[in-house]
Amino acid sequence: MFEVIGERINTSRKLVQAAVAERDAEYIINDVKKQLEAGANFIDVNAGARIGHETEDMKWLLDTIQPISTVPLTLDSPDPAVLEMAFAMVEKTPMINSISLEKDRFEAMIPFLTGKECKVIALCMDDNGMPESADDIVARATTLVEELNKIGIPTNAIYIDPLVQPISTDSNKGVMVLDAVRAIKAKYPEVHITGGLSNISYGLPQRHVINRTFVTLMMDAGMDSAIIDPLDAKIMASIKTADMLLGNDQFCGNYLKGVRSGAIVS
Amino acid sequence: MADFNAIIEALVACDTDKVTQLVDAAIAEKVPATDILNQGLIAGMDIVGEKMENGDMFIPEVLMAAQAMGSCVETLKPLLGEGESTEGASVIIGTVKGDLHDIGKNLVSMMMESAGMAVHNLGVDIAPEDFVAEIKSKNAQIVCLSALLTTTMPMMKQTVDAIVESGLRDQVKIMVGGAPVTQAFCDEIGADGFAPDAGSAAKMAKSFVA
Repeated sequence: MFEVIGERINTSRKLVQAAVAERDAEYIINDVKKQLEAGANFIDVNAGARIGHETEDMKWLLDTIQPISTVPLTLDSPDPAVLEMAFAMVEKTPMINSISLEKDRFEAMIPFLTGKECKVIALCMDDNGMPESADDIVARATTLVEELNKIGIPTNAIYIDPLVQPISTDSNKGVMVLDAVRAIKAKYPEVHITGGLSNISYGLPQRHVINRTFVTLMMDAGMDSAIIDPLDAKIMASIKTADMLLGNDQFCGNYLKGVRSGAIVS
Repeated sequence: MADFNAIIEALVACDTDKVTQLVDAAIAEKVPATDILNQGLIAGMDIVGEKMENGDMFIPEVLMAAQAMGSCVETLKPLLGEGESTEGASVIIGTVKGDLHDIGKNLVSMMMESAGMAVHNLGVDIAPEDFVAEIKSKNAQIVCLSALLTTTMPMMKQTVDAIVESGLRDQVKIMVGGAPVTQAFCDEIGADGFAPDAGSAAKMAKSFVA
């Protein structure tokens, strides 16, 4: 089943930042409830945007969200100290967002992840920057899986983010990431593929139609999770429909449920 | 009399073949290379930048226009006289330390080059002291800082502070940009300008050195 990581609780979003600054719990609770109703499988929590306040903001957000969230949380921070605190606060096995192959990030995250039971998003980013070919993405994903396996994280707890890049600056960026996802899934059938999608449409008009068309292509290649706004009804409808078309929806049950609830309209 | 408008129109239409043909024809008619460059190509790219800023042209089209211009500039270069360099104001551009994003910065760099500036693109993950050193060695008038992450935005402030400490602050205008960057943040860290897209960045840079 496709897993949606709801991206809305992020202090780089204006309204969320204001709610966090004012400790407006009602706003946050409402937002999380809406994401849950829309079908989020994880709620991402990022408190990084108010520089110097990340620890206290993360703590307050978790105190606020934890009691009402029926799904696990995705703890989103580059700071192992913040993650350590957050990890101790959550009840359900969390997802950690994220580790990468950038030296500083990698060396900080490995000791934190060692011995922990959690899922982890692994970015195909290293100190050379964004990957430049499908082979490059696959090589980075391979290193990430091997290194995470070494510290006891099983392959099926790893969510590889192949890093979607804008098609506007290079017409081959779509095919590049699709090829990479196919190769990674062939090599590691158990690994998950996730990531943001909206980078694909950077610099082009009518971005939503690009994003939701692209997600269906990515799903065919093997993407089984995405970090998106679950309140974007159209992309959610595309995901449910594609999931059915790819054979992941017995007797078309989720699709029909979506139609009856009004979530899927043509 | 050369028809600069035709060159401008062809460039805005992203018609590479036509731009090349018109520029070659102008050269054959002995139109001064510097006029072709300034009144034709750079004027055309100004319009492209404006259209980008207004959402009438998009990145792939801007890339096509810039490529068309670039190939014509190569043809014109040997014809430019002494002192008629293709290069105007000296600009330093880079993504700040700890940040590896380069797409937005490269677009800004390209638009500034197309506006006739001498752009020195330092790349990504550039430390404050390296920006300072490059301002000195390239005698820069404009410094552009890019950051795509909320976690690397503080490095913009450190870079601005380093420029102040180096005593070079009065020599340069500092521009900032990148997805999480805002005008308020620009003001807060003491930079001179924020631009939301590559077209407006080029326009702003021109206004700083006008």
